[in-house]
Amino acid sequence: MLDSILPVLIFSALALAVIGAWRRVRLWRQGRSSPVPILKGLAAMPRRYLVDLHHVVGRDKVMSNTHVATAGGFVLAAVLMILVHGLGLAQGVLGWVLLAASACMFVGSLFVARRRRNPPARLSKGPWMRLPKSLMAFSLSVFLITLPTVGILPEDFGSWILAVALAAVLVWGLGEMFFGMTWGGPMKHAFAGALHLAFHRRAERFGGGRSTGLKALNLDDPKSSLGVETPSDFTWNQLLGFDACVQCGRCEAMCPAFAAGQPLNPKKLIQDMVVGMAGGSDANYAGSPYPDRPVGEHHGNPHGPIVAREGKALVDAETLWSCTTCRACVEECPMMIEHVDAIVDMRRFLTLEHGNTPNKGAEVLDNLIATDNPGGFDPGSRMHWAADLNLPLMRDVKQADVLLWLGDGVFDMRNQRTLRALVKVLRGAGIDFAVLGNEERDSGDVARRLGDEATFQSLAKRNIATLSQYRFQRIVTCDPHSFHVLKNEYGELDGHYEVFHHSTYIAELYEAGRLHFKPWKGGTVTYHDPCYLGRYNGEYEAPRNVLRALGIEVAEMARSGYRSRCCGGGGGAPITDIPGKQRIPDMRMNDVKETGADLVAVGCPQCTAMLEGVVDATAEIRDIAELVADALVTESDPHTQPTAEARIAIKEVAS
Amino acid sequence: MQPEAHAKAALEVAVLVSIGRHPLTGRARRADQDARGVELAMSLDKARITLMHAGALDDDSESALRGYLGMGFQTLTLVEQPRDADVIPALASALSETKPQLVISGERAEQGEGSGLLPYLLAERLGWPVVSGLASVEKVEDGVATLLQALPRGQRRRLQVRLPAIVTVDAAASAARQSAYGPARRGELRCTEALAVPDEASSEWTVQPARKRPKRLKIVKAASARDRFKAAAAKAEGGGGQVLTDVTPEQGAEAIFKLLKEEGVLR
Repeated sequence: MLDSILPVLIFSALALAVIGAWRRVRLWRQGRSSPVPILKGLAAMPRRYLVDLHHVVGRDKVMSNTHVATAGGFVLAAVLMILVHGLGLAQGVLGWVLLAASACMFVGSLFVARRRRNPPARLSKGPWMRLPKSLMAFSLSVFLITLPTVGILPEDFGSWILAVALAAVLVWGLGEMFFGMTWGGPMKHAFAGALHLAFHRRAERFGGGRSTGLKALNLDDPKSSLGVETPSDFTWNQLLGFDACVQCGRCEAMCPAFAAGQPLNPKKLIQDMVVGMAGGSDANYAGSPYPDRPVGEHHGNPHGPIVAREGKALVDAETLWSCTTCRACVEECPMMIEHVDAIVDMRRFLTLEHGNTPNKGAEVLDNLIATDNPGGFDPGSRMHWAADLNLPLMRDVKQADVLLWLGDGVFDMRNQRTLRALVKVLRGAGIDFAVLGNEERDSGDVARRLGDEATFQSLAKRNIATLSQYRFQRIVTCDPHSFHVLKNEYGELDGHYEVFHHSTYIAELYEAGRLHFKPWKGGTVTYHDPCYLGRYNGEYEAPRNVLRALGIEVAEMARSGYRSRCCGGGGGAPITDIPGKQRIPDMRMNDVKETGADLVAVGCPQCTAMLEGVVDATAEIRDIAELVADALVTESDPHTQPTAEARIAIKEVAS
Repeated sequence: MQPEAHAKAALEVAVLVSIGRHPLTGRARRADQDARGVELAMSLDKARITLMHAGALDDDSESALRGYLGMGFQTLTLVEQPRDADVIPALASALSETKPQLVISGERAEQGEGSGLLPYLLAERLGWPVVSGLASVEKVEDGVATLLQALPRGQRRRLQVRLPAIVTVDAAASAARQSAYGPARRGELRCTEALAVPDEASSEWTVQPARKRPKRLKIVKAASARDRFKAAAAKAEGGGGQVLTDVTPEQGAEAIFKLLKEEGVLR
């Protein structure tokens, strides 16, 4: 009897799945167009899934193996089931392979079930709690119906009651795995995820590449919208990406704003976008909410506003402004969803259309427009800090090996110490460098991340025009934010440069034997990875190499490298200053305390400012440049290799 | 309630906006006080707001004027005037055409003459009352506006004025909202032709950058923080002054001259 109903069951489940898939695709197509190579993407998808995605999943070995067993078993079992039971191709080994696949899937689902017994807080509950049972129902029923096919059990084994019971369990399994996959059940992640990998808007990320620069808005076309107002303003593949979320909550576990009790949870944000795309309320969300924001009060639809000017819509503005753009969520996401892109897209609308950048945001943007620096300082006073250093200006020398990009830290007395140290190091190594001086402007980092794309592009274009007047081999900067923007975001505006973070450059100089250090005599040292150097640009090693060269053995924090916790200073977060239960830099200095280090080496003016703002810290904060400058052994005989200072002294005497 | 609201026509408000100048970089921007004036107008219930600028249109002034549009306006009326024109006749005729009930402007311009006389000359020409230094407009009822005027040291004075009237705002009014790029880009500058009257007086002047004025040091001898705070918050004591009434202009001038000598302003 089973033989006759099995094909009916399987093909009706498949038909329903196809209808669901068509409906789901229509939801995604509400988004704006975004050209991606369809066939090439589909062809690359298996590799992206098996290599890139599993590279991220593989950070948790148990889960990775569980997923391989369950998903691999399922895909194989599903295909074979259609062949064997749907089309009746039971000859040869197919039945045996199907048995093995369903058994493998069953073992995987046991591990899924074990994980769901005491699930960590980051996992979503609700329908996800039934998933292990559904997986077992599918794998077990497929296994059992295949036993008679391969001849282990007689064809007419058991009674019709048993057959009906088995068919019922199979319907459950098929319902979850085929029907639920395209109609919005937990298995949706497999369907949407596979297509998301194929049509990802940052294809460069696959195969070991990196793509972290924000994408520019077209400001020349007065009709193009400024950022994202409604869910349908996202591009279709962004919507697809949101739909791929598997609600594993790894982003939530890494998000510094969530940990600080600010009203942001990256997972909830992505789920809210899914709610907006499909229309409805967030009441069915079964994971951790935004801290202090109860679930069920927000609702949206594809063409309704995401953030209301007044009252509540899909998300609150504070949620979007809590993000430090540290990219920890993106780095951690096994589905490679781009949370930060989405947040900045929505911020763009709030700033460019609503004119509603919170707290000091408006003031900082006005300053950037009027004075080219966020503090509103006189742009003619950029070089006051270096009045005694006789720094060569590009305007005078026209060309140099290294253009030293100073950044807005020139106005900050703390960062001026770092800059002086860096100048000492460059002179110690005999580098031919020059600075733009008063011709330099803010790189546009803060403006862009506050959503003010217009001010970013204005600053960037003027900086590019200034840079195009001079000849230099490379740009060196001690500010990872400027570094990232110059290196990764000016390209779209036709500014292509070879840019080095000072730690990378110092490491190279040391390798080349141009720097010599005294042995380290201080205490234990730990290193804090700046987000914009590490996760944004993949530079984890050079700063550590420099510290090693100084004779320092780094006592690593539990969260370091690609999992480094943000200092709280990125993305304009100190400017928008959304309140939480604790401060992000305080948490970071606690991380430092746990290592017992007396000193934190940093490589970012923003991190320095944030971490030094922590009261009762157990460790000192020093920029790598300062540590290097302190340990620098200058040439004993200045005549053999005159430093720049010596050259200038000679000039003065001669004239 | 509803029929009443229906019967009450919208309050016609005109805000005079000028091209500002950033104090450090000299870049054109929306003038701070004028932007506060726009903010004040936007805080009024049922107001129909017209932004009005009299002057020339070029790249700098356009970006500054768009700064006002970015506060959420679709149009700005630009009374086109050459650079050396006296804008008061043009503004007066534009205002008597549009007949607003309330005209709001900043206390003084950030560039050019910046004498702060424009609202007064305009009021003289139109025959309207003028109220300076507004903190807010509390209500407008039956053609009478209740205003809150800012006085030094955070004091406020409630005034009533019959409309139409000209009011000016200074730094005591609430700060202007952020100017958003989108509405600023979309907004329309509606140019109107107007008679240009050359400013003959100013053509004879020579203009030079202002010198920094010396500031009188207030020497506070205080032993404690409490004393210092009291000194900072204390009202100016008018002990040494004198009130002259019924004196001839010569006597008055004499008295002022004497005071300036004593204070060391004139040597």
